[in-house]
Amino acid sequence: MSLLNDPQVRRNVERLPIEFDDYGYDRFGLSRKALIRAYSPMAYIYRHYLKVTAFGLENVPATGRGLIIPNHSGGLGADAAMILTSLILNDEAPRLGQGMAEYFLTRSPFARPALSKLGHLTGLPEHGEQLLNDERLVLVFPEGARGAGKLYKDRYKLVRFGTGFMRLALKTGTPVIPCAFIGGEESFPQMFHIKWLAKLLNGPFVPVAPQLVLFPLPVACQVYYGPPMHFEGDGSEPDHVIRQYVDEVRHAMERLISTGLDARPRAFMFERMPDSDQEQRR
Amino acid sequence: MKILITGISGTLARGVAYRLARRGYEVVGIDRRPWPDVPEGVEMHQADIRKRPAEDVFRISRPDALIHMATVTHFTTTTEERYRINLGGTRKLFEYCHEYGVKQAVFVGRHTVYGATPDSPLYHTEDEPPLAGAAFKELADLVAADLYAGSALWRWPELNTAVLRLCYFLGPSRGGTLAGFLSKSRVPTVLGFDPLYQLMHEWDAEEAITLAVEKQLRGVFNVAGPSPVPLSVVCSATGKRAVPIPEPLYSSVLGRFGFPYLPEDAVAHVKYPIVIDNTAFVEATGFVPRYSAKQTMEGFRWN
Repeated sequence: MSLLNDPQVRRNVERLPIEFDDYGYDRFGLSRKALIRAYSPMAYIYRHYLKVTAFGLENVPATGRGLIIPNHSGGLGADAAMILTSLILNDEAPRLGQGMAEYFLTRSPFARPALSKLGHLTGLPEHGEQLLNDERLVLVFPEGARGAGKLYKDRYKLVRFGTGFMRLALKTGTPVIPCAFIGGEESFPQMFHIKWLAKLLNGPFVPVAPQLVLFPLPVACQVYYGPPMHFEGDGSEPDHVIRQYVDEVRHAMERLISTGLDARPRAFMFERMPDSDQEQRR
Repeated sequence: MKILITGISGTLARGVAYRLARRGYEVVGIDRRPWPDVPEGVEMHQADIRKRPAEDVFRISRPDALIHMATVTHFTTTTEERYRINLGGTRKLFEYCHEYGVKQAVFVGRHTVYGATPDSPLYHTEDEPPLAGAAFKELADLVAADLYAGSALWRWPELNTAVLRLCYFLGPSRGGTLAGFLSKSRVPTVLGFDPLYQLMHEWDAEEAITLAVEKQLRGVFNVAGPSPVPLSVVCSATGKRAVPIPEPLYSSVLGRFGFPYLPEDAVAHVKYPIVIDNTAFVEATGFVPRYSAKQTMEGFRWN
């Protein structure tokens, strides 16, 4: 057992329903070796630092396409990392969630190959479509970077949703799995943003939290997956229809979030969520 | 059936000529370069495609099909000359096809015409515009030739035109763009980037071109074989050493310190991938590559 070669991660990566070539790469440049190396330390943080508990993993399809739609929080992307780790560490049916990466990251040296070796391609609609048609699981934050940069006073309030994910789901006939990430806002309570530094770095925002470092506090986090939602259509529907579908997903996410918030004994909880609460989901 | 191959002395074209001759087609070839040991069943004319003797071949031999492979790259030819051969030559040949009643024309182009940019998607489809000319001026003439060949589809509908956009190939002839990039023991890569490279075996490429003629293909088609692999894997599998070079220094080491020469704009093709979707071609021809990426690269290493 080592921090870069976790046995559970290794075992589950081998079981992923993805075809790898002679060199351990898939057709999008995803690397099996890179997956093990990146998810192993994530698994450690998942188990021992953020003490994540995942509920409703049975709602994630064991094989075939799916769109995971979670709320965004915590500014650092720790929510994305933990949701992805919960999917890999699901011993029943491990899945790889593939995200859509920010443009500024896929232009940067080192970040670009690192992301693509973990299956996160540039955030283009074509990529979402290609991945779903290849029966992959795609992770989309419909709030975008706006959602990640929520201040602590606005915690767990969903901001405006994009509609791209719904058109993608309709076009490719993909079930939408609503998802809630609880604890992200407390682990990195954003007080304010340094706007001029963000501009200088050409990034979306630079958050400041009480811990002052860009690392989350060890607050226990939970992930809730809701039942898959199927929508009828082909993606060419007028905006008001799409809006209505998006609102359905949004309501499902709000329900999951309030379930998750009610289930916690308190907000700043530093020990793992008690297991008996598992029954509370939906 | 009589098939005319322009640029027949090229590495890939010779292989196509052998294949067609073996299958009982009459093969006629035109090239400025000689082909001394031309095989039986192949009629070779040493001529320039833009000159009178080339037209004579059309008039006298009356081919049923044309495979146009007489294009040149920046590795060998200056800009002005490239435009004359690639664009001027292609135009002439399509006019001859129309004039002398050729039924099928196959233009063999390159997948690099799509261009390599950070924001372009993987798996380009044929309906995407070829954008390489904007960022890579040494490819602009080939992009224009590709589009001109495609315009024959509406210009002369009675002529069955197929435009092939072929991915990189590697093989025993050691010819082609990628083989040139891998020609020295050290390969210059860009520090912090590792793009996917799509390659196929030379013999599979020859077979694909042959199939395009036999199946009387019409339209624009991406031609690729196995799944792409990262450049770092291409280097290690072909026994080369990848030397990562910081981008600001990249253009100054090219052609020096035992690195191959590349034009300055080529750096984008070493940073970002060009990957094509070959579904349409496979559906139209039933093409199945015989060699995996591993076999292709390791074969290139040892022969």
